[in-house]
Amino acid sequence: MPSGRSASATPALPYGSGFLGGLRSGATSIYMVVVVGSYISIGALGHDLGFPLAWTVLTTLLVWAAPAQVILISALGAGAAPLEVALAVGLSGMRLLPMVVALLPLVKTPQTRTRDVLVTGHFTAISMWIEALRLLPRVPREARVGFANGLGTYLMGAATAATIAGYHLAQTLPRLLVAGLLFLSPMSFLMSVVRNARITADWVALVAGLVLAPLLAWRGVGLDLMWTGIVGGILAYAAQRLRETCRAKRTGR
Amino acid sequence: MSALGELAPYGLLILVGVLPNEAWRLLGVVLARGLDEDSQIIVLARATATAILTGVVGKLVVFAPGALASVPLSVRIGAAALGLAAYGLARRSVLAGVIVATLAMMAGMLVLGGI
Repeated sequence: MPSGRSASATPALPYGSGFLGGLRSGATSIYMVVVVGSYISIGALGHDLGFPLAWTVLTTLLVWAAPAQVILISALGAGAAPLEVALAVGLSGMRLLPMVVALLPLVKTPQTRTRDVLVTGHFTAISMWIEALRLLPRVPREARVGFANGLGTYLMGAATAATIAGYHLAQTLPRLLVAGLLFLSPMSFLMSVVRNARITADWVALVAGLVLAPLLAWRGVGLDLMWTGIVGGILAYAAQRLRETCRAKRTGR
Repeated sequence: MSALGELAPYGLLILVGVLPNEAWRLLGVVLARGLDEDSQIIVLARATATAILTGVVGKLVVFAPGALASVPLSVRIGAAALGLAAYGLARRSVLAGVIVATLAMMAGMLVLGGI
């Protein structure tokens, strides 16, 4: 069994690559449903807490991270101290660092300048990251920055439309539907991570995160997600190295 | 004065919403310079991001926000498990998994109350 990294073995994307290909794969992605569902609830939240529509839409365009937006809108709406809000948003945004570090080397060529990927960095959010990691191996390397930006553009466009819709629908959405919309994103993250898992490190990290974060939060440990990332990441990495060492020994004998 | 008052929320958005979040992305862009796809750091970064991601899932399911909080924990976990089963049965279809999990949660909410 090869290591599973052979990109040439997977079929090319049916709708081309580059920016347009990225747009199209955004349109056909399951994340369309998820992003629309989540951002309807964010638009409704902005409305309920009395923020202007333009302000609520700007959080989608500029923050582009649903958990941070929920924190920002609900904390400011409740009148929390700005410094406290900034800290909470900053802590929730920490996950973006390893995500960007894992994604960018996949889109870059030796000719790519740092400023060429700034936009790709801004588009990086859970939904875009998962879909990009899944699809990019099937895109020719020189077309990947455009592809990732197209994917991000489509998802962000859909999110913007959904934010506006949610803002206007806020008072008419039944509670059952709101709960269903809220459940969409964690479930799609879960299924996607399971589908995208290829190597031992992915599986160990997946399980470690599911178990560690609720456990740490339940025990009242601060910065639970940061510790989950550090401990889960190191555990997963160690498991991967161990597995590779064992395999090397077996084949070396 | 009132124009300034109307602009204040936008200044606040940049200061406490955009900057603390975007800083991590910019730091990631800087740190990713010179790394290639096969470097060991990428494996570690990917594993860290994956653990945080499923950590978010775990927290959202266990300590559910808003309208979800009124659904019993057993329903939320059961719905997630049903979704994973559907994902497997439908030959690794994310869509099938998400739909079954969400409908199962909503059904549980209808039956067990919480609306």
